[in-house]
Amino acid sequence: MSKDSIPQSTAALAASFEEEPSQASVTSLPGGVTALKPFGWARNNLFNTRLNTALTLLCCAILWFSVPPMINWLVVNAVWLGTSDECRAAAGACWSIIVVKHRLIFFGTYPFDEQWRPFLACALFVAMLGVSGVRAFWRAWLAGAWALVLVAMGVLMWGGVFGLTHVPNDKWGGLPITLMLSVFAITLAFPLSILLALGRQSSLPAIRSLCVGFIELMRGVPLVSVLFMASVMFPLFLPEGVTVDKLLRALAGLTLFTAAYLAEAVRGGLQAIPKGQYEAADALSLSYWQKTTLIILPQALRMVIPPIVNQFISCFKDTSLVTIVGLYDLLTAATVATTDPEWRPFFAEVYVFAGLMFWIFCFSMSRYSQWLERMANRYNRR
Amino acid sequence: MSKLVQALNSARVRGWLYQALFVSGTLAVGWYLVSNTLTNLSKRGVATGFGFLNREAGFEIGESLLTYAASDTYLKAMVVGLLNTLTVSAVAIVLASILGIVIGVARLSSNWMVGRFAAVFVETVRNVPLLLQLVVWYTIMNRLPSPREALEVVPHVFLSNRGLKFPTFVEHAGHGWAFLALVLGIVGAVLVVRYGRKHRETTGKPFPTLPLALASVVLPPVAVFVGSGAPFAFDVPVLTGFNFEGGAAVSPEFTALLIGLSVYTAGFIAEIVRSGILAVPHGQTEAGLALGLSPAHILRLIILPQALRVIVPPLTSQYLNLTKNSSLAVAIGYPDLVSVTNTSANQTGQVVEAVAMMMAVYLIISLCIAGFMNWYNRKVALVTR
Repeated sequence: MSKDSIPQSTAALAASFEEEPSQASVTSLPGGVTALKPFGWARNNLFNTRLNTALTLLCCAILWFSVPPMINWLVVNAVWLGTSDECRAAAGACWSIIVVKHRLIFFGTYPFDEQWRPFLACALFVAMLGVSGVRAFWRAWLAGAWALVLVAMGVLMWGGVFGLTHVPNDKWGGLPITLMLSVFAITLAFPLSILLALGRQSSLPAIRSLCVGFIELMRGVPLVSVLFMASVMFPLFLPEGVTVDKLLRALAGLTLFTAAYLAEAVRGGLQAIPKGQYEAADALSLSYWQKTTLIILPQALRMVIPPIVNQFISCFKDTSLVTIVGLYDLLTAATVATTDPEWRPFFAEVYVFAGLMFWIFCFSMSRYSQWLERMANRYNRR
Repeated sequence: MSKLVQALNSARVRGWLYQALFVSGTLAVGWYLVSNTLTNLSKRGVATGFGFLNREAGFEIGESLLTYAASDTYLKAMVVGLLNTLTVSAVAIVLASILGIVIGVARLSSNWMVGRFAAVFVETVRNVPLLLQLVVWYTIMNRLPSPREALEVVPHVFLSNRGLKFPTFVEHAGHGWAFLALVLGIVGAVLVVRYGRKHRETTGKPFPTLPLALASVVLPPVAVFVGSGAPFAFDVPVLTGFNFEGGAAVSPEFTALLIGLSVYTAGFIAEIVRSGILAVPHGQTEAGLALGLSPAHILRLIILPQALRVIVPPLTSQYLNLTKNSSLAVAIGYPDLVSVTNTSANQTGQVVEAVAMMMAVYLIISLCIAGFMNWYNRKVALVTR
């Protein structure tokens, strides 16, 4: 009995010894010894309990069965520059549909020979977005630069001056529509949302209830219904003979919708300002607008930059809904590209590509907003 | 004069003045728009008012919970659309919650690989527009094999380009009684829980709440079911010719919408669940352990109440978003409220009334969900002095 138990306990002891040195190698050895680290790390993070071991094995199995076929489809067996017949014969993805249709997906029905103009407009826009991300550039000139870039984009897209041929905006399509709608909607919605948020916080009951009513109405109905309203009811609202084109109507709907959501974000900032700030401004006998513009808003808006960026992301995603009211955005263009009978079987490639475009924009912006949040909190952390 | 200046400088008088200006300005703009609309409508010869609701709709609706025919009224068509919206939203809310909780917990898993999997899912799903995802699901649904080569997902459940086919129970009188017994059993369980709590609070002694409540829920329906001869038969879908017979089916549109909405919202719910759990400090778990509570008790009595407090408000807005997002059904041809209203508006030309009704209905749904979740939130909220 005792003879049996001794080897067991020594084995257990040996096991515990075996465990301890490797633990030590993970934690205490200086950086020189890294060979043992992956094993220690794997044991701590992947195989520390029975359940985790099972889960890890399950994940490995999923990866084993999904990744190789996916890579085969995406890269190995893919056709990059072939005809549609070659694509039909191949087992992999047909990226040649992107090569053939990329102009249609990016620029829609914009005149083919003039497509350098939307390209330049988009490039300007993305460059400007990049510049605006740098905090050192958050100066007054940035607003001016944006105004210039937007004017330049308008000139490029519309034409009619500087020898550029005029392109009416029902010919616009693809990425420029998505980018311009989202950026114009958020830019126009921003001042409106500040007014709405101030109105909602106002002590005057009539103003407050009207603002609350508008915000809650917009937040209570789906964007699709707002877009329907914008596309079919706006023409009825206007006096006879005045017409507004489809793009502007959709932009108006999107702006009102975004403003309601942004107003709630701004309200969050207004509510987060300590009461002492309001009282101090009153004690200095500042007027309401002096108090608001000099004391309250600068602090409140700084606080709500991350939620504003998040709202921009969702506005960017929401622009895809304008396809429902018949505008030609990136998603519509992608769908149109898949309806060509010659390339009909290759819808997955087009949607993967369009999804990737959206994903790149949204993911980088959401990462940026997280970074902003960390920067904003860096002095508050202990 | 100086009295007037004094009055104009008083905050109260100014407040009234501003409000009067603001309200009259809003009314003026509103009146202008309405009068324009009325002139435009009369010029186009479009009728106004809600009289069209009682006229014959004249269009078919692909799927309906009620019996509906093209000869029914517009009002009935809209009710059918509303019920479709509510059905897909309710089922999607349940699926999205389950999937979201699983993914949210998985993202916090101590297992690095599981955490990465969940993160990739969340970041992919959240950063691609829902409409694109819906279109993709719908395209996949449409290009599935025909019923003859249908995919058998699990035994007797078939996925084909005609939608999802699944077995149903053959109805029997015993089922109704068993269901009634289940309802009574649930009522009994609630009473048991109440009594158990009171018993514990007054005497301080434990009460076997869980076993008794479970017994109250499970035993009566089982007894009734067995007592009525255990009528248990499936109506299994069988391939006959070109299509399935038997069982029940949901359309490809519904399936695509359901999957799209659930997956998209699950990504957001996962993040909410994760932040809710992270918001409970680890000291709370340790304090529970120090008090000698079991892990199950710690989860139920300490972690969950505090996490729910953080989770419920954003979860409410996700449920609202999901319900509103179900309006994207119009893009893939599922006959929800928006698509039925749209068809009605196109046929009658009474766009203003149709859009106003649609918005009003969504507003009411939103207010109901918000009201329910606020009630629930008050229940889980921190009670402070």
